[in-house]
Amino acid sequence: MLSLESIKSQVEQAISGAKLEIVKNDAPSAQHSLLVDNAHAVAVAKYLRDDPALRFDYASNVTGVDWLDAELSEKIKVKKVVDGVEKEVEEVKKTMRLGYLETVYHLYSMELKHGPLIIRLRTENRTDKAHLPSLTPVWRGAEFQEREIFDLYGIIFDGHPDLRRILMWEGFKDFPMRKDYTEPDDYEYEPTPHDEVLEKTKQHYPAEAKP
Amino acid sequence: MDEGLRSELQKQGVFTTTLEDLYNWGRKNSVWPLGFGLACCAIEMIAASMSRWDLARFGAEVFRPSPRQADLMIVAGTVTKKMAPQVVRLYNQMPEPKYVIAMGACAISGGPFKQGYNVLKGIDRFIPVDVHIPGCPPRPEALLHAFMTLQEKIDQQQLTGAGKARHLDAAKPSEFPVPQFGEHDLEPANNPTVWKAPVLVRQG
Repeated sequence: MLSLESIKSQVEQAISGAKLEIVKNDAPSAQHSLLVDNAHAVAVAKYLRDDPALRFDYASNVTGVDWLDAELSEKIKVKKVVDGVEKEVEEVKKTMRLGYLETVYHLYSMELKHGPLIIRLRTENRTDKAHLPSLTPVWRGAEFQEREIFDLYGIIFDGHPDLRRILMWEGFKDFPMRKDYTEPDDYEYEPTPHDEVLEKTKQHYPAEAKP
Repeated sequence: MDEGLRSELQKQGVFTTTLEDLYNWGRKNSVWPLGFGLACCAIEMIAASMSRWDLARFGAEVFRPSPRQADLMIVAGTVTKKMAPQVVRLYNQMPEPKYVIAMGACAISGGPFKQGYNVLKGIDRFIPVDVHIPGCPPRPEALLHAFMTLQEKIDQQQLTGAGKARHLDAAKPSEFPVPQFGEHDLEPANNPTVWKAPVLVRQG
């Protein structure tokens, strides 16, 4: 398979206006991915599927990620004049990042036997602009997985042929896989509680939680 | 009838019985289960009904595909909140007398999914359960044991008097309300006439 950089430049050349970004993965697996802009996502996906050198004809997995609002801190070196001498000083710069929802597609090529290529799409925010283009018209197998993401994360896939809840029932209001989901408060006694369950025990059975 | 007199008569070749004994004997040996499974426990239930364990020895080989012909509901597997109304509806459609075996950790308590948002913490929240089987999944032997326990229970049932069987008591319900899908959970989340939240009593 071509390197991620060359796929990126190839796609950007082929589709005018498409903006791709490489998302680095610092973990030992080093599975870097491509962030695709929403406006050109369907065109990029079609290109990845149909280009004879790429032929990513199989979307093996589609999943969602919830990113909450976060304060990012980053160490930067700043030149400062201290006691009349110019010195390099490390400063911590803090920025607020607005939360967003993300879908991740793992693509393989059955024909050329390569992969995975991981592409990501990000929504503008987690509330009113949680829209993404559906890639089901490109990879039919993404249909149920996009429905599952819609069900559990609340991402609305524009262009999906049949966007309904798939695991929870119609009329269910919450999105259980979001990080700020609170489940129904129906805790019951458990003999060996730990972690979050222990916290619930303390609320419901205060006498039991004492050491 | 006095037990001593009965065994004395039996030694002389005179067999006596009561209508109650005869009725219960007949019922306990032809309990037809409803053929449905919800998860992996159903595989053990199927194994118990096949030749190696052979549930037919206890008169329960006829798995019925319709609740209207079934006497016993084996809740074999995880009851998700989405599935719970259908399970209650199936129970309501069974004719009396009817019995329920909750098979496996999930059916009796929610099992490994107890702390999840989408699994019912035991089917006994909505319908009365006669026998609970622990295990994940229980062995077919455990199901046979539960079945024999149920047979004993049927054998003990009285036809008349204050302690008469549930299905003969007009005051006791034979159908239970089907929970509705709510915005966050089932509504109601349990049936308080069937189930009460456990209260811990510690001694000392």
